[in-house]
Amino acid sequence: MSAVIEGHHDDHHHGPAKGISRWLFTTNHKDIGSLYLWFSFIMLFIGGAMAMVIRAELFEPGSQIVSPEFYNQMVTNHGLIMVFGVIMPAFVGFANWLVPMQIGAPDMALPRLNNLSFWILPAAFGVLISTFFMEGGAPNFGWTFYAPLSTEYAPPTVTYFIFAVHIMGASSIMGSINVITTILNMRAPGMTLMKMPLFVWTWLITAYLLIAVMPVLAGAVTMMLMDIHFGTSFFKAGGGGDPVLFQHVFWFFGHPEVYIMILPAFGIVSHIIETFSRKPIFGYESMVYAIASIALLSFVVWAHHMFTVGMPIAGELFFMYSTMLIAIPTGVKVFNWLSTMFKGSLTFETPMLFAIAFVALFTIGGLSGIMLAIAPADFQYHDTYFVVAHFHYVLVPGALFSIIAGVYYWLPKWTGYMYDEFMGKTHFWLSFVSVNLTFFPMHFVGLAGMPRRIPDYAMQFADYNMIVSVGAFLFGLSQLLFLYVVLKAIFYGKKATGQVWEGAKGLEWTLDSPPAYHTFETPPNLESGEAKA
Amino acid sequence: MSSIRKSVSKLFLTTVGMFLFGFALVPLYDVFCEITGLNGKVTGPTFSEYENVGNREIKIIFTTTNNDDMPWFFDSLKSQMRVKTGEQNLLNYVFTNTTNKPMIAQAIPSVSPGKGAQYFHKTECFCFEQQFLEPGESITIPLKFVIDPDLPKDISSLALGYTLFDITKDLIQKQAGN
Ligand code: HEM
Ligand SMILES: [Cu+2]
Repeated sequence: MSAVIEGHHDDHHHGPAKGISRWLFTTNHKDIGSLYLWFSFIMLFIGGAMAMVIRAELFEPGSQIVSPEFYNQMVTNHGLIMVFGVIMPAFVGFANWLVPMQIGAPDMALPRLNNLSFWILPAAFGVLISTFFMEGGAPNFGWTFYAPLSTEYAPPTVTYFIFAVHIMGASSIMGSINVITTILNMRAPGMTLMKMPLFVWTWLITAYLLIAVMPVLAGAVTMMLMDIHFGTSFFKAGGGGDPVLFQHVFWFFGHPEVYIMILPAFGIVSHIIETFSRKPIFGYESMVYAIASIALLSFVVWAHHMFTVGMPIAGELFFMYSTMLIAIPTGVKVFNWLSTMFKGSLTFETPMLFAIAFVALFTIGGLSGIMLAIAPADFQYHDTYFVVAHFHYVLVPGALFSIIAGVYYWLPKWTGYMYDEFMGKTHFWLSFVSVNLTFFPMHFVGLAGMPRRIPDYAMQFADYNMIVSVGAFLFGLSQLLFLYVVLKAIFYGKKATGQVWEGAKGLEWTLDSPPAYHTFETPPNLESGEAKA
Repeated sequence: MSSIRKSVSKLFLTTVGMFLFGFALVPLYDVFCEITGLNGKVTGPTFSEYENVGNREIKIIFTTTNNDDMPWFFDSLKSQMRVKTGEQNLLNYVFTNTTNKPMIAQAIPSVSPGKGAQYFHKTECFCFEQQFLEPGESITIPLKFVIDPDLPKDISSLALGYTLFDITKDLIQKQAGN
């Protein structure tokens, strides 16, 4: 271990290496942050292309473009890629760029481990995507890979899928160990825990969640592997196992996982709202406690995904009430964001537009979540498009919008160049309209009973589905515009100042734009007031 | 720097611990199901003689299902019985291997409502073991059971379902693995 720690002294006092080896062997948190973000961006387009195939097939009722088998592969891999390949790596990218700069540390605590956690990720997704070209096709059992669909009835490529999940898990765990170790040990003198920027707080708690549940996911896929190849019966009823056990193990991971995908978003949005309201965040401490209680509660609500498996009434009630409790800290956060904006001197630059849309649309997703949490009602909603509408509202205008907002907000800091504000706003309005066009009608067809994960549907759902597909194509195109805006900023953007945004507070804004390759080699002095976090 | 090392080893141990916890969920789940009767899981062989035989009459419904494409013939001789709580009852089940290959099968029981599962005591059951049948062979095996007189008052009927699984392949795989 000492080799790892000492390793980070090697490359002090000189800039980045030249060429490809800079990226392959880098241990610099800024380089690794960029790698994660670009990786996530590429995966967004791959996963997005799969969504386009899904929406093209669902444009009209009947079976037209792809076979049902291939449709299942699209749905499965779209989900897996968006969750593990886009949202999670993007947040890790933000953590790499921002955590050291926001706490005044020179780098992450374990720079070589950091390099490894990134580079095994493309390997994992390479393995996953290669299954499309193998006999039997790619995984087709849904991103939740319920046994026995993913064991007895799975295509032979499931073994590659299991291997890929193991690698993704290892990457997340190493990344989390790194983040926690950095935050606990490397804060600038004077930065107590309760003075940390909220993004750092959200990531500290997210990293703990990851360490708690990624190993359980690894356990679940290991049990699958043993059932498939070594004759055990964890999930095989015939051998004394139980397929419902799989769902319990999966959702014990799965529910905290959905919070892993939203807590860093809370942090990002908090910073953006305070900057463009020119007011400190309202209720900083209550924000921290809300994040912590959401994280703790997320361990005792998992069976709200399984209301229909046949639980005793006491179980239904327990999971129903515990799920509803989560609405309280979530409500506190929304209240605090609104209060921060209240009577602030607001301006509406692109990051702020995305952040405000986040608050409004994430709340819609939270409300449909409450509806789903009502156990008897969920018997009707479960496995319909209503659930699809719910989780897309929290994940697309939720998690993804926060990521886009964060990219616009910190891009000038990272690259040293401003993006084109007009193009950014165009991107926002196109995304905002199309995201609602895509996901809002899903509520209606869901309530009317359209099942999810089926490549065909009854005639009465045709109109809404056509609207949804048009919205989806538009949303997909809008993200190409996003890529254009980012590239244009990098190659043709105007020079950005160090401060970038008038109202921005925090250590990263005291640095130049772009910051030097190595920053805060001597910790900033927080007491002197020149850099207030 | 040793504080970093300390953080890392703590977090690493937590990771290992949570991995093991994932596996611990398996026995925990079984214990939990047995206590609560969740999933209609029935406990192993039990035998108890009841002092007050009780004179409640309970209707029992028997169902049999073949899992997936299990080809055997599998059925109980009666589909319904009215039994008295606390008394021994017997019902025969027939298994026929209708294929031309030797096969091994396992029947898995489930009682509903789940709340009643723990009051359904089996003193003898083919589900405690596996059935090995030669091609075309047929056997009749009895199920012996007692309904606990403590069965909650609001339950007046119980359903016992068996699903028959073909486990020939799994057993061969397991032996090859050992
Ligand atoms: C107020 C907060 C929330 C509540 C009460 C809630 C409740 C629920 C419930 C009850 C379900 C199960 C529906 C069913 O399958 O029948 C569900 C599904 C889901 N939720 Fe939420 N949720 C909340 C917030 C979130 C957040 C913040 C995320 C992610 C960022 C999220 C992501 C998901 C996902 C991905 C699914 C579907 C999983 C699947 O079956 O594929 N939820 N939610
Ligand atoms: Cu959940």
